[in-house]
Amino acid sequence: MKKLSRAAKTDIFTYLLATAGFLAAQCIQGAGLMSSSLKGQLVPICAYVVMAISLNLTVGILGELSLGHAGFMSIGSFSGVVAAVALEPVIPAPEIRLASAMVIGAVCAGGAGILIGVPVLRLRGDYLAIVTLAFGEIVLNLTNCLYVGTDSQGLHISMLTSAEALGLASDGRVIINGPVGASGITRLSSFTAGFILILITLFIVQNLVNSRTGRAILAVRDNRISAESVGISVTKHKMIAFVLSAVLAGAAGVLFALNMNTIVPTKFNFNTSILILVFVVLGGLGKIWGSIIAAAVLTVLPEALRGFSNYRMLAYAIVLILIMLLTNSPFIKSVLGRMRVPFNGRRNT
Amino acid sequence: MTFVLYLINGVSLGSIYAIIALGYTMVYGIAKMLNFAHGDVIMVGAYVCFFAMSSFRLPPIIVVPLAAGVCAALGALIEAFAYRPLRQAGSLAVLITAIGVSYLLQNTALLLWKSNPRVFTSIVGTDVIKISGLPITYVTIITILTCVAIMAGLTIFTGKTKMGKAMRACAEDKNAASLMGINVNVTISLTFAIGSSLAAIAGALLCSAYPTLSPATGSMPGIKAFTAAVFGGIGSIPGAMLGGVLLGIIEIFAKAYISTQLSDAIVFAVLIIVLLVKPAGLLGKHAHEKV
Repeated sequence: MKKLSRAAKTDIFTYLLATAGFLAAQCIQGAGLMSSSLKGQLVPICAYVVMAISLNLTVGILGELSLGHAGFMSIGSFSGVVAAVALEPVIPAPEIRLASAMVIGAVCAGGAGILIGVPVLRLRGDYLAIVTLAFGEIVLNLTNCLYVGTDSQGLHISMLTSAEALGLASDGRVIINGPVGASGITRLSSFTAGFILILITLFIVQNLVNSRTGRAILAVRDNRISAESVGISVTKHKMIAFVLSAVLAGAAGVLFALNMNTIVPTKFNFNTSILILVFVVLGGLGKIWGSIIAAAVLTVLPEALRGFSNYRMLAYAIVLILIMLLTNSPFIKSVLGRMRVPFNGRRNT
Repeated sequence: MTFVLYLINGVSLGSIYAIIALGYTMVYGIAKMLNFAHGDVIMVGAYVCFFAMSSFRLPPIIVVPLAAGVCAALGALIEAFAYRPLRQAGSLAVLITAIGVSYLLQNTALLLWKSNPRVFTSIVGTDVIKISGLPITYVTIITILTCVAIMAGLTIFTGKTKMGKAMRACAEDKNAASLMGINVNVTISLTFAIGSSLAAIAGALLCSAYPTLSPATGSMPGIKAFTAAVFGGIGSIPGAMLGGVLLGIIEIFAKAYISTQLSDAIVFAVLIIVLLVKPAGLLGKHAHEKV
């Protein structure tokens, strides 16, 4: 058998990790050992894992800081919810409806990605970060005054006013009601659907990274000027990574929203963007498997800390600071470095 | 006439943003980090003012310097424990730590002072005076005057005093500065202390103008002021001032003439457009890359 490259080994490890996590969760659930609060967390964990992988594509692999990733999730969520309701008469099968809603949500988020990607490409570093932050806030503000309803004549969309201004017929129903958000959502997402979305995301991202395009993106990250000088189009490759990241975030948003009964626009605020960034940084920049573990562990952690009741978010903050201090302190690094030398030697890389 | 009134209100709100943005920009200039905990220092400053006034019945002339002092100590403490160990680390690690500090401050406030919003009594009263027929609150005037005073003070401080020059030297090149005998640690601590005391003053002014106080009070003005700092060109002190005031004016005008609900979206959209035209902000220097 041909010897596998290190990248291929890591990829296979990542698939196995996701599958093992899924099977373990299924077994625990099947044995009836899972608490109901954790059971409710399964689909959000899948959504956050996909969010973390997609943000890792922007932050870790493309090397650009994004502070508004929740904006794409929001666009995906709300367009997905509208699509799920609007498609109800056409596609009765819930699985296919979920899949089509995901595609629509992903396309909408991708469109927003292109829209914001054009200015983003002109900026660097912290200025780019602030534009993505601004984008997240704009999406939050716009979804806060968005009203969408449906009746026999089709979809009605209105901004700023109120649900009455939609002019719905008597058989109509309001899908998105401004700051109140979307309520009475039919639950279409399932843990299995979430797992499949994770696998699709892994397939897309890992194959991209190992392709010619992916190597070009890494080259742009490592040294923009030398990448440009060997004929790599910086704009094109930044755009590919950024838009793909937005598309995946949109799909994750649909998965997340269609698991909830109600979803409010403020769910996707700055704090959510930061939360996902924390997953990516703690999991390791550019390390897809790290993002999966960090997203899963950090989503469960506040639940596990529920015993501390009021102190749990405080504990979360302290844990976060300590992890950053420990993983970056020169002393710990030198100790780890000494441990790693023989290990590296044996692996002969 | 209403136009002038909106303009004055905009300048007043912008002055608050400018004072906060000065803290962001000074810290960024010297430590090259986005201090996300800055917004929460505003909240701590406002709470100190609130309790000093309601529980100890201290007069505002003592309360505000007290809050500034407490926040200066807090800022220096945060720098020493959370940021100093990471000075050699990557910018993302520092960013996440700053977010951790922000969570820490917010949740400590939540535990100590509970989530129910408090009604903040204005530090200068709620009196309204008429200037050529325009009703203007004292808070508005005090805010604008404070902002001008701070701006002038900081310009003199960074331009003329030894410590201010040391600060600029550290912002330029930390290694060279320490070779010239500048104590880099002390200088950075002092920058955090000044920035945080400015945040406390901004907190007192902010809560005097918009009198509700909760542990989340600081986050939105924090984000807006951060935007203002970038808008004016991050790292530049006059830029932070200009960015803050412009942002305040745009916000008030957007609320008054376009839509109250969409004002935030308009503010941020203007920011994106400005950055498209001037990618380093209004007064920021564009560093040319050498190959």
